Amino acid sequence: MRLWGAIIAVTLANWLLKATGPLVLGDRRLPPLARRVVALMAPVLLAGLIVVELAGPDWDHLDGAQVLGVAVAGGAFALRAPMLVAVLIGAATAAGVRLL
Amino acid sequence: MSFRTGFAEGARLAVGPAAATFALGVSFGAAAAAGGWGFAAPMFFSAFGFSGSAQFSLLTTLHAGSVVAAVAAAFLINARYMVMGIALNDSLKGGRLWRALQAQALVDASFMVAHKGGGRFDMPRLVGATAVQWLCWVVGTLVGLLLQPEPGLMKQLGVDVIFPAFFLLLVLDEVRHNRRAAVAALLGAAISGGLLLVTEPGYALLAATAGALIGLPAQREAEPEKEAVR
Repeated sequence: MRLWGAIIAVTLANWLLKATGPLVLGDRRLPPLARRVVALMAPVLLAGLIVVELAGPDWDHLDGAQVLGVAVAGGAFALRAPMLVAVLIGAATAAGVRLL
Repeated sequence: MSFRTGFAEGARLAVGPAAATFALGVSFGAAAAAGGWGFAAPMFFSAFGFSGSAQFSLLTTLHAGSVVAAVAAAFLINARYMVMGIALNDSLKGGRLWRALQAQALVDASFMVAHKGGGRFDMPRLVGATAVQWLCWVVGTLVGLLLQPEPGLMKQLGVDVIFPAFFLLLVLDEVRHNRRAAVAALLGAAISGGLLLVTEPGYALLAATAGALIGLPAQREAEPEKEAVR
């Protein structure tokens, strides 16, 4: 019961978090000031997600092979590799380093 | 562009994250089985909750403390969806309830691949990207519950690289022609990196959105629309 209660609570909270903006704003458009901030939300969240994924709480999860794999993927992309290929090269690099 | 074309484009762009989602789903299923969650609860959670970070958070915190604390931690991790929902709203159509329903398609990778630049989002692309990830997450959970593979296997295969690498490529694509976005991204990285030392990842991510405040001053000319990601 405890487990199901927690699962349903998190599920409902997740739905509510996603719905809050549209429910509150409806068809009202954001003012220009807010639109300029919102326009930068994607790159800011992306950068934050990368750091959180790589570093983890207290920077305890930092893993050299993972960081190298991500950097290699970025390098491959900068050298015009398609996105999926660049990611696979990065993953293969990390897997290779861990085999050594 | 028709809904079907946009949906297919979103699904195609999300193949990389979907592969990582599948692997994470397998990990979640295996961990839930090992944690004594049974079969129905993790399957229900993956199908209806569909949030890797919140699901893993609940899995690791529920047995150690109170239900309220565990639910609060999972809620905090997903608090960024409220900000993302506000950002998405201008790209939605219809009444409040219909908009709220469409916003349920929000997940990190989809939010990014659907971003057309300038705070505008392609909804068919977002839904397509989410659909393929949802399917991989649910099937991955099922496979994990049934096969219960070794916890270290995904890491050995380099699967842990896929999400951060994909996010890095998307951010490179975002900032390539937009200096202000590049500065905002660096600020977001610095804020989240600094706060990870003193607080939970959920707070660090939420606070990273403050980096977008550099968008407050008006620019002399509009930023060009982002090119389609490859």
